[in-house]
Amino acid sequence: MRDRPRSLAFYGLAAFFALFVAFLYGPTLTILVLSFQGPQGGLTFPMNGVSTHWFAKLWAGVGIVDIWGALWRSLRLGLVVMTLTVGIAFFAGLAFRKRFAGEGALFTVAVASLIVPSIVVSLGIGLEFRLLDEAVNAVAAATGWGWLQDHGTLMGLYTSALGAHLTWTLPFGLLIMFAVFNRFDPAYEEAGRDLGATGPQILRHVVVPILGPSLVGVALFGFTLSFDELARTSQAIGGRNTLPLELQGLTTTVTTPEIYALGTLTTGMSLAVIATALATSLYLQRRKARRGLRLG
Amino acid sequence: MTDAVLPALAETPAAPAAASLTAKTRRRRALVYVQAAPMAFVFAAFFLVPLLLTLIVSFWEYNEYEIIPSFTVQNYVDVFDGCLNVADPCTTVRTYLSTLKFCALTWAFTLLIGFTVAYFVAFHVRSATMQMALFLVCTIPFWTSNVIRMISWIPLLGRNGLVNDSLLGLGLIDRPIEGLLYSDFAVVLAFVHLNTVFMIVPIFNSMARIDRSLIEAAYDAGASGWQTLWHVVVPLTKPGIAIGSIFVITLVMGDFVTVGVMGGQQIASVGKVIQVQMSALQLPAAAANAVVLLGAVMLMIVAMTRLIDLRKEL
Repeated sequence: MRDRPRSLAFYGLAAFFALFVAFLYGPTLTILVLSFQGPQGGLTFPMNGVSTHWFAKLWAGVGIVDIWGALWRSLRLGLVVMTLTVGIAFFAGLAFRKRFAGEGALFTVAVASLIVPSIVVSLGIGLEFRLLDEAVNAVAAATGWGWLQDHGTLMGLYTSALGAHLTWTLPFGLLIMFAVFNRFDPAYEEAGRDLGATGPQILRHVVVPILGPSLVGVALFGFTLSFDELARTSQAIGGRNTLPLELQGLTTTVTTPEIYALGTLTTGMSLAVIATALATSLYLQRRKARRGLRLG
Repeated sequence: MTDAVLPALAETPAAPAAASLTAKTRRRRALVYVQAAPMAFVFAAFFLVPLLLTLIVSFWEYNEYEIIPSFTVQNYVDVFDGCLNVADPCTTVRTYLSTLKFCALTWAFTLLIGFTVAYFVAFHVRSATMQMALFLVCTIPFWTSNVIRMISWIPLLGRNGLVNDSLLGLGLIDRPIEGLLYSDFAVVLAFVHLNTVFMIVPIFNSMARIDRSLIEAAYDAGASGWQTLWHVVVPLTKPGIAIGSIFVITLVMGDFVTVGVMGGQQIASVGKVIQVQMSALQLPAAAANAVVLLGAVMLMIVAMTRLIDLRKEL
């Protein structure tokens, strides 16, 4: 097949692919351009001059919600979710290489967590924390312990929202780890063990360096999926919203190109994260190759 | 006598070694559970228990101020209130029909587009580097914000958007088409825009595993391009198609964000009903709706996997 000349089908399919890419990126490019709309410009073309007016307005915070606070919360949560996703998925991946009671159940639950509609998961977590709050209040009323009074709610960024995000990122992390360990040659660990390395030493000096580029991939999923997560967070966050939730609210209230400026900014941040992850992954692969460990 | 003693002698030195070996194995066994425990904990605390609580609370009563533990099927009765009337379907049936319509349209478009794109990259792009690059081009938007990607249709589809302007400029229409944005069309467009990646990745993955000599064999046996595609590639890609379909179906069935933003908050969806009830603190009602939705989605998934297994057996 590879040595045949390009068929007509190739050019047709290539054109289709090009159209698809235009469909995929076109709208985003449009708002990128429109975010530099002049001060008098509106939500659609034509461009009314070119300026950074809307970015300046965004920077000033304008009357709208605390967008910078939301961005900051999303960033912090994203980093925590990323770290936990890499750690938990990595060790679970290690566990799944051996047999253990309940491995089938754990795998099923992980896949189920991926395909159960987000609104259902979100509602469940919201309910769980409401009931927990009520239980704590009941205990506080019954015992009269001072430190339990006015505890507010247990729901929050690093409790319910974190849990909601992990139900979304961990299945991806686990599936990636499966793919990675499928291609991992245990002979390297054996060699380490034969040389007298302990379990933690083998992990630190053999497994992690070899799997490094893939772990960066898991981190990329962990951060970006959390940073953009909306449906699962919606019912499982206390009073202070993450950025995607604020953005969703803004779609109905903001009628100026400011929202495009915000879009350009967040998309830029996501792209920066993706680029960093890809570059790191490539760098680790190169370094590995240089050091003579030719393994994926 | 010797027969009886010798094995005993032989066993004596081996016994401690065996004991230490089992201790080691036992420790290694324990280690596996320690490694799997964090993930098990997260899914137990934030997935299984919440689902169980949802099921329980769906049988509770509620008033304007609180939810009351009890056992009533009233919430389910409310969900299906008046649904036996075919001539004038109840809200639930109408909402499900609308959501199912989005689901079917999105599924058809994402499957067609996703399959074609994956097929091109997997079978017509020759260098592995180029394949990887094109695959990345398809997946990068997946890692950016969905809400922003929805908003980005406004300048194109709006009343004075690019599409209307171009059509006016070309003289194809004499007044702007209303309802490009904030309509069923916009919702399906956004669904396809956001979710095609969920088809491309598993289908591409299945295609990448197809042994290329099978394609060669088909050509050598005189099959045309279409015949090879239909009788070789499609059957071998079925697992990928099934996985992609399950993703797309569950994403669309439970959606409330895309329908909300692209429908201008005017179009009903099952997920939106749950969200509205949740914010009105009608938690048991929301829980009952969630259980019904989960049941519907599971039925669709089971039907889909059956369909695929069945075909495999024929």
